[in-house]
Amino acid sequence: MLQTAQRSSKRSTSKKAPPHERFLEAFRWMLLARTLEDKLVSLYRGGLITGGVYVGRGQEAVSVACGLFLQKGDIFAPLIRDQAGRSAFGEPLVDVARTYLGSRQGPMRGRDGNIHRGRPRDGQFAMISHLGAMISVTVGALMAKRFKGEKNFVGLTCIGEGGMQTGSAHEGLNIAAVEQVPLVVVATNNHYAYSTPNEREFACHDLVDRAKGYGFEGHTIDGTDLANCLDVIGGAVKRARAGRPPQLVVASILRLSGHGEHDDASYVTDEIKREPFARDCLKCTEKTIVDLNLAGTETLREWREDAAAQVDRAISTAQKEAAPEADEEDWRAISMRDLVDQVE
Amino acid sequence: MSITYLEAIREAQAKLLRDDDRVFIYGQDVGGSFGGAFKATKGLAKEFPGRVLNTPISEDAMVGTAIGAALEGMRPIVEMQFADFSSTALNQILNNAGTHYWRTNVPVPITVRLPSGGTKGSGPFHSQSMESLYAHYPGLIVMTPATVEDVYTMLIEAVAIDDPVVFCEHKYLYYHLKADKLPAKGLPTGKARIAREGRDLTIVAYSAVLHECLAVAEQFAREGFEIEVVDLRSVKPLDTDTVLASVARTGRLLCVGESFPWGGATAEVIARVTSEGFHLLDAAPQRINARDTPIPYHPNLWAAHRPNAKTIAAKARSLLQE
Repeated sequence: MLQTAQRSSKRSTSKKAPPHERFLEAFRWMLLARTLEDKLVSLYRGGLITGGVYVGRGQEAVSVACGLFLQKGDIFAPLIRDQAGRSAFGEPLVDVARTYLGSRQGPMRGRDGNIHRGRPRDGQFAMISHLGAMISVTVGALMAKRFKGEKNFVGLTCIGEGGMQTGSAHEGLNIAAVEQVPLVVVATNNHYAYSTPNEREFACHDLVDRAKGYGFEGHTIDGTDLANCLDVIGGAVKRARAGRPPQLVVASILRLSGHGEHDDASYVTDEIKREPFARDCLKCTEKTIVDLNLAGTETLREWREDAAAQVDRAISTAQKEAAPEADEEDWRAISMRDLVDQVE
Repeated sequence: MSITYLEAIREAQAKLLRDDDRVFIYGQDVGGSFGGAFKATKGLAKEFPGRVLNTPISEDAMVGTAIGAALEGMRPIVEMQFADFSSTALNQILNNAGTHYWRTNVPVPITVRLPSGGTKGSGPFHSQSMESLYAHYPGLIVMTPATVEDVYTMLIEAVAIDDPVVFCEHKYLYYHLKADKLPAKGLPTGKARIAREGRDLTIVAYSAVLHECLAVAEQFAREGFEIEVVDLRSVKPLDTDTVLASVARTGRLLCVGESFPWGGATAEVIARVTSEGFHLLDAAPQRINARDTPIPYHPNLWAAHRPNAKTIAAKARSLLQE
C-alpha cells in the first residue's frame, strides 16, 4: 500500500528499501501524479479550475527522484512540474486539490493558486513565478540550519533550462557554492521555455558544463529512465548530505504537454518528438516493471485504481469546501497587526 | 560623549548581534577587517565571528538567502552597499518577501538596510531615495529615521518585527548628525513625532530633509510664524492621525520628501489629508520632492535637484501668505 502523505512511513520505506522496491514506490508516486494531473486537466477543461493548470507530464521520473531521498528536516523547493516530487516529499494530495480549486481550507486559502503552494514550516517551500529566485532562498534556509547547529540536512531545488538563464539563477548557484551549503539543484531540460526551443535559450554545449564554472559537481541524467534518475539524484543527495560541494543534476526530457493547459504546444516539432528523450517516462517505467516482472498485471491495475481513488477523494473533499469570501478576507499583507498601514 | 548617526547604526547592530543569536549580517564588504563601504559594521566581524559575512556582488541572491534564513528562524540584516543597488534585488524584496506572509501565513523577518539619499558628487547611481517605491508594494514596512536616536532604536525594532523591513538610512546624516547618548527605547513603529510645535503651518517630512525643514521653521520663527514640523519616522505604516491632528491645528500643509515626484510618500500624505481632512485645510496642500530627472553629479545641480532650505522656504512662505 502506498503511504500517501505519510512522510514518516514513506521515509522508512524509501530509506531501507532494496532498489526494486524503491523503484516500485517511485513508480506509484509517478502514477499518482499523472492520475491527479489528468484529473486537474479535465476539471480545467470543464471550466472548474480558474487560472491555469501546469502539469509535469513527462517529468515525473526526474521529479519523484527529487522528493524521494529527502527526509524530515530537509528543504525541498520544487518548481512548476514537480507534482511527483512534492507528493513523495510528503505534500498531502488534498493540498493540491484545495489550491487548484481555491478552497479556503487549503494552505494558500485562495490567495495563491496552482503550483505556487507550499508549507514552509514543513520544509516545502512555496515557489514564486520569477524563475531562479528559489535557489538562493534554499541556500539561506540551509545556512540557517548550519547556524542553528543542525546536522545531516540537505536542500534540493528544481529548475528548468529556461529558468537557468535568469540572473537570479546565476546569482543563486554562485552563492550556493560560495557558502558551501549541502544543496542539490536539479535542472530539467524539457527543450522548450514555453514555446522557445533550446537554440534560442542558451549557446553552451551542455548546461551541465556550467557546474564546473560554479564550483558544483555536475551530473547528467536521462529523464525518461527512472532507474537512472533514482541512481543519480539519490547519489547527488547523498553526496551533498555528506559534505561534498553543491550538486547540479541536468536531466533531459521532452515536456509532454503545453506550458500550461491553455497551450496546445503546436510549436513542438515532429522531429523532436522522435528523439529518445521524448519518451513517456511513466510508460517506460511500467514497461520495465512488466519486462522484469517486478509486479503483475493485477497489481498494476490495483495501483491504478488506488491512485484514482485517492485523487477522487482529494478532489471531492476540496469541492465540498467553501470558497474564500471577499468580505470575510483579512486583507492584511503583514503579520504584525498593529503595524498595518491604515490606507483605504 | 558624542555619537554619530552612522555610529548609532553600528551600535544597534552590535547590540543585536550580542543579544540575539538569530541575527547575522549579510552584505558586500561588511565583513573582514573592512567593515562596510561606510563602516557601518566596523569591527563587528571580529567581535562576532561567522556572523558578519561578505557576499558576492549579488543583490538578488543576498536577499533571497536572507529570506530562506528567515524562514528557518534567523533574523538576517542585509546591507545594500547603496540603496540604488537594491533595484537589482527588487524581485526578492517585492515578490518573494513582500508576498510570503499573505500567501503562506508564514512571515519573513528580514531587515534590508538601504544607505539612501544624496550626497554631493554621488550622481545618478549612488544617491537614490527609494522609500516611495518600496512603500507602494504590499507586505513591507518602510522606515525612514531622521535622528541618531531613531536610527538606533528603529533598527533594533526593525529586526524584532516579524515582517520584512526596508530600512532607509540617510547617508547625508551619517557624519553630520550627532547625539550625546543613545536611548534605551524610542517611539513605537508607525508613530510620527512632532519635531517642532507650531500653529501656522504643518510641514511633514522624514529622513534627511527633516533637518532642512526644521531650519526653515527656525528662520520663520524670527518673523513671527510658528511652523509645526512632523517627522513621519516611517512612511509605511504612515501615521495619518498625527498628521491630521497637526493640520487641524494649523490649517496648512506642506510635505517634503527626497524621492522622485511622481506619486510617492508626499503625494500619499496629501491624498490622505485631503480625503480625510479636507475641511481642516485653509489652503491647498503643497509638496516638494526631488526633481523628475536622474540625480545629477555636480554639486551645483545636485543641490538644486533635491528639496533644500530655499525651495522649502519659498513654498512655506507662499502657503503662509494664502
